[in-house]
Amino acid sequence: MSDTLLVSTRKGLFTVARKAKQWAITAVEFLGDNVTLALSDRRDGRRYAALDHGHFGVKLHRSTANGWEEIAAPTYPPKPDGYEEHDMWGRPLNWSTARVWALEAGGGDEPGVIWCGTLPGGLFRSSDRGQSWDMIRSLWDHPKRKQWMGGGADLPGIHSICVDPRNSRRVWIAVSTGGIWFTEDGGASWTLRGEGMRAEYAPPEQTHDPIAQDVHCLAQCPTAPQRMWVQHHNGIFISSDEGKTFTEITGVEPSAFGFPVVVHPREPDTAWFVPEIKDEKRIPREGKLVVTRTRDGGKTFDVLTKGLPQSHAYDVVYRHALALDGGGERLAFGSTTGGLWVSEDQGDSWACVTHTLPPVYAVRFA
Amino acid sequence: MVKVVFTPNIQRHVAMPEAEAPGRTVRDVLETVFADNPQARGYVLDDQSGLRKHMTIFVDGRMIRDRARLTDAVGESSTIYVFQALSGG
Repeated sequence: MSDTLLVSTRKGLFTVARKAKQWAITAVEFLGDNVTLALSDRRDGRRYAALDHGHFGVKLHRSTANGWEEIAAPTYPPKPDGYEEHDMWGRPLNWSTARVWALEAGGGDEPGVIWCGTLPGGLFRSSDRGQSWDMIRSLWDHPKRKQWMGGGADLPGIHSICVDPRNSRRVWIAVSTGGIWFTEDGGASWTLRGEGMRAEYAPPEQTHDPIAQDVHCLAQCPTAPQRMWVQHHNGIFISSDEGKTFTEITGVEPSAFGFPVVVHPREPDTAWFVPEIKDEKRIPREGKLVVTRTRDGGKTFDVLTKGLPQSHAYDVVYRHALALDGGGERLAFGSTTGGLWVSEDQGDSWACVTHTLPPVYAVRFA
Repeated sequence: MVKVVFTPNIQRHVAMPEAEAPGRTVRDVLETVFADNPQARGYVLDDQSGLRKHMTIFVDGRMIRDRARLTDAVGESSTIYVFQALSGG
């Protein structure tokens, strides 16, 4: 069970720790800077923070015994002379890291391996704790990669990375928008997965095309990896076969729209979501901030409200901003309006740590 | 030798003191400066070695035109100013 949270915000990285049964901010790092994502590597205790300095680009920092050090940021390869590629808006696509949108540790048998997903769609792997990065060219050069489109941002990006706990060479990634991709050879080759998902915003010919799917977040149960959950742009989907096929969960109240999903580490049918009204109205329904939880694979949902604001709440919770600790009991989430809540009973009740943070991009248990 | 001055705003992230280097183009001069300060390179240039979107460079008071290849000419006594553009917010 974890007593520490890393909260990445528009204006710094906040450490929130539990002391005497209370959660409180205990450290603020990179104050004033845009921290888009952080990772705490359970294998060696190192922490990683992705910063977006705007003018000066995307940077990565790694914790040391005394603080932080800047390490290499993923860098796109030189674009071949004369090669032209355009984004969905017809603008030249710059092969350059525009955002770090996923950071995940490799398997327990490959210490030092870190995976990194970026905008505009490059996947990178480091085998030396972020000292250097290799772009996964097999994915970047895949002819279908050019069908990826902007979803959560103007450019396509990789936001979810799941490493198979049984075999570290098996990795799933999810793209907004571009569906779910799978490798079983450490990234040498890739196949598109996700049959059964439905994109209600796409033309009829593409509605069921796996590459047209705007997956907002992909989560895999560590002890039952065949079970995957997807929070999608227009619904919630569940897979029982490692993401080959999905079934849509319908009738979810108050809404099936949202960004994050987390799944219990030992109970594959138990998952949590933070719903918003709909894609064109991204606020909690009736101003009531709720978390939804299913314990039966999506047949029924509990709407969890205790301790959460139930009047004039306009918090949006981004895809990386809902976290579940390794024990499966504690949850935390942060919002665009600077709220941070923690639950120690699987979401039955929540305590507000603060509602005055900068906009929260990501929350993770350390 | 060409003088290179970097915006003070960048100094908070990486030390980029005023420098002097030879060269006939902005690219020549900056690559020499960055060879001695490789960490600084990525703060000014993007992955394709072009000028970052919200950065700008002036040579003797005139904004450069070739942001991708930095082929704008410099004289022996020129001064290159590397600034962040207001367009970046």
